[in-house]
Amino acid sequence: MKVKFQWKLLFQIFWSFFKISPVTFGGGFAMIPFIIKEIVEKRKWLTHEDITDVIALSQTVPGAVAVNSATFIGHRIGGIRGALAAMIGVSLPTFLIVLSLGISYFFVQDNPKLEAAFISIRATIVAIIVYAAIKIGKTAITDKTTFFIMTVGVPVLFFIHPIIAIFLGAITGLVAVKIKQKLGYTIDLQKSKNVDPTTDPDYFMGSGI
Amino acid sequence: MILWELFHTFFIMGFVSFGGGYAMIPIIETAVSDYGWMTAERLTNMIAIAGMSPGPVAVNSAILVGYSAAGIKGALVSAAAILLPSLILVILVAALFIKLHHHPVVEKIFYGLKPLVTSLIIFAALKFALANNLITINISFRSVSLVIIFGLSLFALLKLRWNPVYVIVLSGLIGIALYS
Repeated sequence: MKVKFQWKLLFQIFWSFFKISPVTFGGGFAMIPFIIKEIVEKRKWLTHEDITDVIALSQTVPGAVAVNSATFIGHRIGGIRGALAAMIGVSLPTFLIVLSLGISYFFVQDNPKLEAAFISIRATIVAIIVYAAIKIGKTAITDKTTFFIMTVGVPVLFFIHPIIAIFLGAITGLVAVKIKQKLGYTIDLQKSKNVDPTTDPDYFMGSGI
Repeated sequence: MILWELFHTFFIMGFVSFGGGYAMIPIIETAVSDYGWMTAERLTNMIAIAGMSPGPVAVNSAILVGYSAAGIKGALVSAAAILLPSLILVILVAALFIKLHHHPVVEKIFYGLKPLVTSLIIFAALKFALANNLITINISFRSVSLVIIFGLSLFALLKLRWNPVYVIVLSGLIGIALYS
């Protein structure tokens, strides 16, 4: 009896996220209203506060916010199996969509019209990346120290592996805060968290895609 | 073995995937050129398709790079590889009841990590701009028009607040009109 119930619950978790997943255009934050509607209002699995917690936590853990928050919610509802069900549910539709687009691209890639389109699109992608940098820069650059880390980081990346740079960035953060505190400076570590992702439509890109 | 190369590249990337998909481009780009999976131009096309599709850009990029390098098997392996760290970390954090959010050490780490993620994205933009002849000393119809397209795209995103998907589609149509 219990086993049967488990499978039903797991399928419900999977199906809830399977339905929500295709709306995650342009980042996981687009998913939040749909998660609230499905998980809080319809299924009544979790409360509003739970969702706010989960979203905050999902940004702290590496990985996409959409995937992390689904996995966290799945875990709260149904343990490790629930986490897996939610993750597969949220990933499968976009996997199939992206794969079909990839396959279609390889079928028509030699078409001169498509080649021409991609010449222009590649310039636009650079603009989208710059846009993402501006967006995340707005929350990341809060004082002279963070500006300095960003400025030094760019030339450094031409010489060291990006993964090493990420670790160096994290260590620099720890050390910089310690030094500043010893020197008697006050650092506003909360400043970057002023933006509430659930209400600010501006927050959908750059961070947590 | 190309599937193993894909797996460990995206598995490791999954553990350091902070700040969204575009910050992960330098890692993907390094692996792509180290293993010779594809040209920089094709990689830019893959990132463009990843950005146009629903779902996280990092995961979409992994799927497309995997497919491009090793077919459907490559896509499956890459998707699993980038998702697995999220599953492991989420279960770990949830099981240990670690309160990461507003934790003092986490906040200190993010104080340095966030500006570095910004550097990563700027670096990705520079690399792609160089690879796609957006930054060049050759003055030609194409190089000038590409800079204009870049500027208009940025204007549409920043000032007009258009959805990136529309900007990409419109840019594609402009490309057909100008370059075919």
